[in-house]
Amino acid sequence: MALIEVTGVSKSYTTGDETVAALRGIDFSIAEGEFVTIMGRSGSGKSTLLSVLGGLNRPTGGTVTIAGVDLYALPGERLADFRSQRMGFVFQSFNLIPYLTALENVMLPLAISPWKPAEKQAAAREALDRVGLSGKGDRLPSQISGGEQERVAIARAIVNRPAILFADEPTGNLDTGTSNRMMELFRSLNEGGQTVVMVTHNPENCSYAERTIHIRDGVVEAIGQGGGGIA
Amino acid sequence: MKLHNISFNNLRRRKAKMAFLTVGLVVGIATIVTLLTLTRSMSADIERKMDEFGANILITPQQNGLSLTYGGISLGGVSFDQTEIKESDLAVIKTIANHKNISAVAPKVLGGVQAGGHQVLLVGVQFPQELKMKQWWKVFGETPKGPDELLVGSEAAKVLNLMTGDTLDIKGKSFKVSGILDETGSQDDSLVFVDLPVAQRILGKEGRVSLVEVAALCSGCPIADMVQQLAEKLPGTKVSAIQQVVEGRLKAIDQFKRFSYAMTAVVVFIGSLMVFVTMMGSVNERTTEIGVFRAIGFRKSHIMRIILVEAAVVGILAGVIGYAAGIGGARLALPFMSDGKALHLVVDGGLAGAALALSVLLALLGSLYPALHASKLDPTEALRAL
Repeated sequence: MALIEVTGVSKSYTTGDETVAALRGIDFSIAEGEFVTIMGRSGSGKSTLLSVLGGLNRPTGGTVTIAGVDLYALPGERLADFRSQRMGFVFQSFNLIPYLTALENVMLPLAISPWKPAEKQAAAREALDRVGLSGKGDRLPSQISGGEQERVAIARAIVNRPAILFADEPTGNLDTGTSNRMMELFRSLNEGGQTVVMVTHNPENCSYAERTIHIRDGVVEAIGQGGGGIA
Repeated sequence: MKLHNISFNNLRRRKAKMAFLTVGLVVGIATIVTLLTLTRSMSADIERKMDEFGANILITPQQNGLSLTYGGISLGGVSFDQTEIKESDLAVIKTIANHKNISAVAPKVLGGVQAGGHQVLLVGVQFPQELKMKQWWKVFGETPKGPDELLVGSEAAKVLNLMTGDTLDIKGKSFKVSGILDETGSQDDSLVFVDLPVAQRILGKEGRVSLVEVAALCSGCPIADMVQQLAEKLPGTKVSAIQQVVEGRLKAIDQFKRFSYAMTAVVVFIGSLMVFVTMMGSVNERTTEIGVFRAIGFRKSHIMRIILVEAAVVGILAGVIGYAAGIGGARLALPFMSDGKALHLVVDGGLAGAALALSVLLALLGSLYPALHASKLDPTEALRAL
């Protein structure tokens, strides 16, 4: 059964008299435990698609269903609760909170959870351990390297064990060596059962995925196998 | 990690920004505390002075002529021995509607007599009433206990060359000087005081008094009403309120009070505006951060709570420091507000609590819209994910 079901999703923006269609009739599904990359050129609509999938950007038309829940039919702040319980996000610029240490950044999603402080600490230390940063929990983001910041961002995204991990160009700001190590980390998380949906414009990243969705001008151009090849 | 930890860490690690906001609020709160403390201290001082002032109502005989004295200098034709008030009439004083406000009634008889080779002004008083009214009197020796004793003003003692225990002959009768008044700076320095009936006998004014001083309890007492009531009960006398002088000062204090309140309103307005601008700037700087909070599932109320907790902490800090600084400012400014005399600084817990509450309220009020604005930020715009 599909974990994510995208049906007829469209998104358009109106600027003055002009309406721009960022997404036009997108349909696909992603199974639980899958590693899927979304690829396309700059401006193709891939990041918009990711934000729609992540419950951050209400589509103009269509539905997004995750684990049987119609995301945008959720009332009020229930969508925020859903994000908090089911989703993890890794952003291109990592977006760590500058005044929180690495450990505190990882604990951030747990700040609104009813867990006990000791449980939060333990979960955050475990997540940092999983990304290989167990000794740097007390450092501020400005005191660690770009690759380490990315690892902290990943640890933050997986700390509450979400069903899906969304990543938006996670290697966009990293050198090749660090990028490869990050992609290995995503692969190992996926092998551990984590569903990963990643937006990228780097074809090399697609080799880590099981499937790649190619987006062009707001439509699904093709859905291929990992490695970028179109089936 | 809880939501307030995010607020505390932000305050702790962005010290410069928060210090700026705190200092701004501290200045505002300190200004308000200084102004209000000064106003209260000055009002309390005036009230205290009014209670110590002695007489604040003067009853004198109705006269047709004008007084020929100016600045304590008599130009002859002094009218103190022209007419008198009947002593028996004074009983009505205690029957006025506001008689409970009367703390002392001090009748006096005045007359010039020859004593020790000099012309002196003899004053007959009821010593217990006089001492109650003139609490600033300092007597060297003792106050007269019987009809053969008298009290001499400091200047009169010098002129008559008298010491405590000496005797003074007045109209053939010998009096013992039981005490000498310390210098008061008033007309009392030149007078000789004896018991009222004795003076009346010497001056040939039995059953009559020259004037009556009435002391009313001043805090909130209706002096104008009392003057009216006394005038009605004592026709043929002139009843006047000495309080007018004090009222003048009270009016000045009242004006200062109004000025303080106006300043407080201005400071409150500027303070909230400053908090608003600073917090709005902080929210705009933290757009991405707020986007991350929203993306990872924080509710709008969570975002508001983070910002309002920050504001409240700054408010508490500024309230405490502002109050302390305000009291310090008032302590420094107080000597310049009094006429060379030390004023008592009125420090009360109520103002401390109010300053703290005002500071927190200002911080929260100024941050309310920025917090609301932050909570409504679109996470996609905040993350520039498009």
